[in-house]
Amino acid sequence: MTELKIERVRKQFGSFTALDDVSLDIPHGKFVCLLGPSGCGKTTLLRVIAGLEAPSAGRILVGGEDQTQVPTHKRDMGMVFQSLALFPHLDVADNITYPLAIRGVDKATRRKRAEDLLELVRLPGMGARRVHQLSGGQRQRVAIARGLAINPKVFLLDEPLSALDASLREHMQIELRQIQQRLGVTTVVVTHDQKEALTMADLVIVMKDGVIQQAGAPMEIYHNPANAIVADFIGTTNLMPCTLEAGAISALGHRFEIDPRDRINAPQGAAQLSVRPEHVALVTPEAGIPAEVTFLRDLGESLHVIAQVGDHEITAHLPPGTANRPAQGDRIGLSFRAGERVVVA
Amino acid sequence: MSLAPETTAPRWIALWPAGMLGLFFLVPFGIMLAVSVAHRDMGGFYTWAFEWNSYARFLSAFFGKVMAVSLGVSLTAGAICVALAFPFTVFLSGMGAKAQTRVLVTLLSVLALSEVIIGFALSTILSQTAGIGNIFYWLGLIDAPQAFAPSLFALILGLCYIGFPFAVLVLYPPVSRLDPEIVEAARVMGASGPRAFFGVIVPNLRGAIVGAFILVFVFTLGSYLLPQLLGRSEHWTLSVHITDQAIYQSNLPFAAAMSVFLMLVALSLVGLASLAGRDRGAK
Repeated sequence: MTELKIERVRKQFGSFTALDDVSLDIPHGKFVCLLGPSGCGKTTLLRVIAGLEAPSAGRILVGGEDQTQVPTHKRDMGMVFQSLALFPHLDVADNITYPLAIRGVDKATRRKRAEDLLELVRLPGMGARRVHQLSGGQRQRVAIARGLAINPKVFLLDEPLSALDASLREHMQIELRQIQQRLGVTTVVVTHDQKEALTMADLVIVMKDGVIQQAGAPMEIYHNPANAIVADFIGTTNLMPCTLEAGAISALGHRFEIDPRDRINAPQGAAQLSVRPEHVALVTPEAGIPAEVTFLRDLGESLHVIAQVGDHEITAHLPPGTANRPAQGDRIGLSFRAGERVVVA
Repeated sequence: MSLAPETTAPRWIALWPAGMLGLFFLVPFGIMLAVSVAHRDMGGFYTWAFEWNSYARFLSAFFGKVMAVSLGVSLTAGAICVALAFPFTVFLSGMGAKAQTRVLVTLLSVLALSEVIIGFALSTILSQTAGIGNIFYWLGLIDAPQAFAPSLFALILGLCYIGFPFAVLVLYPPVSRLDPEIVEAARVMGASGPRAFFGVIVPNLRGAIVGAFILVFVFTLGSYLLPQLLGRSEHWTLSVHITDQAIYQSNLPFAAAMSVFLMLVALSLVGLASLAGRDRGAK
């Protein structure tokens, strides 16, 4: 069942097109990540859904009802802002139950609800604290609890974890996903962090220049990018020009037979070849594409070999403890694992 | 014990502001205190003494009323200025950067006008012969051209005209620093526009609002010219009476006593207001 439907939404700011004919169907209870570089329109789309921006054209439907003309404060949505936007003049419990107070819910019910929500975000008994007494992660949880206070049909989050340090961010990604799964609330998160999207989402929507580039399950997007923008943005990849012919790919002066598992998402002719670093293997110079090792980065968990082929730099990730470790300056050969090659337009 | 902050300025330099403060504030204030308890010499000036006569005289019904008028006028002007300036500043901070600069420069230029010019301009505008009464008459709103000055209304209008830019200038920095997402958050959570304004913007800027109010209040409390230009004699503020006593009645002890009293009342009101404006979160 479609919970949130975005129908041919356009948004102009003067002559700048922030959203260009965006359509999306988000099923009930799904966790959706809007992913893209800054300025791609993802935040604008979220604000249009929340009613903070009016679309220049198109419709927003929630549960089948057209909400395009409904003012923000009557949409009954939950939202977490990038700055969190907690109210400094209220304590934690009053922050969380602010949407309930607006709706005239009595004090005892509000107190109970605040306790339950604080339990949910693992901050039990913190209701009387002031916002400025909380750590960054705790504020984050309070903002999430506040967004969920009215049991919204749609829960929106704008770069919610961007202010946290890396380890806390990873922890909160998992926690946010677990809360969402427990409540089954339809959730839309804006992020520019592809790891965040891959960790949390049921559905990843990659945007660039106000256009949806690809929408799909995380692994679908990771393994089968629809175009070069998606391939480059999701994960790390080696992207190089290639020529696609019937049954073969030519790249870097080498010809590969197409394997049935290779993913060909471009018409024949000039295209781009995307190979993930973990699918680059080192062979003898005669057996593969001749290259020279320019840098070695040993991270313990894997060894990154950066090699130069003509004007191109190719990165290979080798498992730890690889025998025959190359050294800087070595002449080596590169091979791209059959079945793991992606050709995009 | 805290360590002295590392600075290149020698410590004795702190004596300079302290010395200036003593020389130009404490010493004159001490003289004023001494004069306020001096004995008034009817024939001449005053002779040094220690008596409460001037303070006792001040506790009459007449001067009680003068004090009430003074405070009432200043409190009203302060309240009106803040009530106008706050929504104005919130609106201003939502405008484009260029427009904001233009409005702020215009407001600052008002501060460059002398109180005399403002007073005379307003008394002309509100007069019977040349004032807006004629426009109202011409529009058929009133039966005959009418003077609106001198009056309490004219006085408050004049004080607000002067106080308004100050209120905006005090409010502008905190208002423009307020996270716009806070208001958006309130809107998404179900607050209508007015509800978000009074429930989120106002309480978050309580300190700034109180600050603007205190500034306009203290500023207008000392106003001396406008009450004479725009008000009737019953609207004279304490400052006017102090001048009257000091210069025209040659009663310096009484003028000094009134000044001391005015200062104490102003200080206590400022203290009360800043207590009210303190963030509850600081408890």
